[in-house]
Amino acid sequence: MAAPAAHGRWLLHRAAKPVLFALCLLPLCWLVLGAATGGLGANPAERLIRSTGDWTLRLLCLTLAVTPLRKLLALPQLARFRRMLGLFTFAYAVLHLLCYAGFDMGLDAADIAHDIAQRPFILVGMSTFALLLVLAVTSFQPLLRWLGGRRWQRVHRLVYLAACLALLHFFWMRAGKRDFAEVLLYGTIVAALLLARVLLWLRAAPGAQGRRFLRKT
Amino acid sequence: MRARHSSDGFDPPVPSEITPAATYARRREWLQAVAGGALLASLAGRGARAQGARAGKLAPLAAKPSAVAGAMTMEKPTSYQDATHYNNFYEFGSDKSDPAEFAYKMKTRPWTVEVGGLVNKPRTFDIDDLLKLSPMEERIYRLRCVEAWSMVIPWIGYSLSALIERVQPQGSAKYVQFETLADRATMDGVRGNILQWPYTEGLRLDEARHPLTLLAFGMYGEVLPNQNGAPVRVVVPWKYGFKSAKSIVRMRFVEKEPGTAWNIAAQHEYGFYSNVNPDVPHPRWSQATERRIGEDGLFARRRKTLPFNGYADQVAGLYAGMDLKKFY
Repeated sequence: MAAPAAHGRWLLHRAAKPVLFALCLLPLCWLVLGAATGGLGANPAERLIRSTGDWTLRLLCLTLAVTPLRKLLALPQLARFRRMLGLFTFAYAVLHLLCYAGFDMGLDAADIAHDIAQRPFILVGMSTFALLLVLAVTSFQPLLRWLGGRRWQRVHRLVYLAACLALLHFFWMRAGKRDFAEVLLYGTIVAALLLARVLLWLRAAPGAQGRRFLRKT
Repeated sequence: MRARHSSDGFDPPVPSEITPAATYARRREWLQAVAGGALLASLAGRGARAQGARAGKLAPLAAKPSAVAGAMTMEKPTSYQDATHYNNFYEFGSDKSDPAEFAYKMKTRPWTVEVGGLVNKPRTFDIDDLLKLSPMEERIYRLRCVEAWSMVIPWIGYSLSALIERVQPQGSAKYVQFETLADRATMDGVRGNILQWPYTEGLRLDEARHPLTLLAFGMYGEVLPNQNGAPVRVVVPWKYGFKSAKSIVRMRFVEKEPGTAWNIAAQHEYGFYSNVNPDVPHPRWSQATERRIGEDGLFARRRKTLPFNGYADQVAGLYAGMDLKKFY
């Protein structure tokens, strides 16, 4: 890898990670404050469930944006924020799940099991959560070393599947009211980020595999 | 701060009291005190926009408590604020805060309702004629949305049957279809294609004639706010909320089951009947339970949803012999 680009030196500042950490906590603070002051509208439980879901999706997009941006902007320093963003994605997913389980299901395991069986979009949401759980657990250095870099990378490609499932979950939820504007927005973002990866991979792999692919298409 | 209807010993909460009159009067004084300044001009503009938003803001609509069986639930009414700021009215946008924000654009006068189809006396009613057609009653109904939340609303109006008798449906009329306003100039939502516009709904004629089926003009002691379906709507308390068409401009009596907006949009999810039924789940919302808006804060347990939204004693007979899982 080339030496870190000079224009990205500020990203290496000691305060950069704590600042990002604080920024990622802001939505949570805002929701807690709203819940405490009655500022979440007529249906605060629904607002909490939906907002934590929205933030999971937003952070997932941000996490997926790190690698393409790092390469496109020649800012290798960005890589040091990827794990934190990924773990915050997982943290908001945990909150999303807890809000659903608590507010909608009264923390009743039997009700939740029944709901998963009955409503496909809940099943998809749970599957997404299971994938994010795998990614979160394997995100720490000792596990990376234990798995070995290549295997670790293969496991973490599951994030693409998680993003697609999260979109399906969101789409299915909105399909009830046929309101697809936001789904389309997030879908476009995720598609653009995945496409960027494909293009970068094609550019970076001028070897046999890449050329064969290019000739075929 | 409750007015008592001592005549029957029953104590229905009177909604116009939710924002105490004194509080409201103080706000008025304050507004008047500031009127005149440049700052004031902008404040007044904001005040006018928020008009539908407060009890005590709209014209009062006098009514007597209804004597119709089942029309006066003792449950605590939802706050006016919640009932007017958490609405589905897709003509104004799909977010539940959109109607409160944008419905002020709708013009509710002049307003006519064209009633026709298979009737002997088709007629276009002016809204003022409709207001005088039958004595106004206050009815406190549970409202159950298909999205699994519920409210309790004190409506004002009279049984739709009073209007139906005036136009004299012919023997061949089996259904009535409602068509609601779809005005591109004042309703941004109808530019999108989430639903087929104008929004249509329908009832079987015996459902429409049931005394609980209300033609509503007001709520909480006042005329309807725009976001709740001004100036005239129907309220069918044993069906999911979307069956209760708002801001109605046309009623047609027909022989065949008419198309209804949500049924056309997603046939498998929204049936023509759409009676509240905890045993028929929706793919996105369990219908077994519901969240009562404004009840006991965030950690309140959800309520069990009742068949026909608790109106089974009054309406179950309409569906005798029908498989309600098939005719959902």
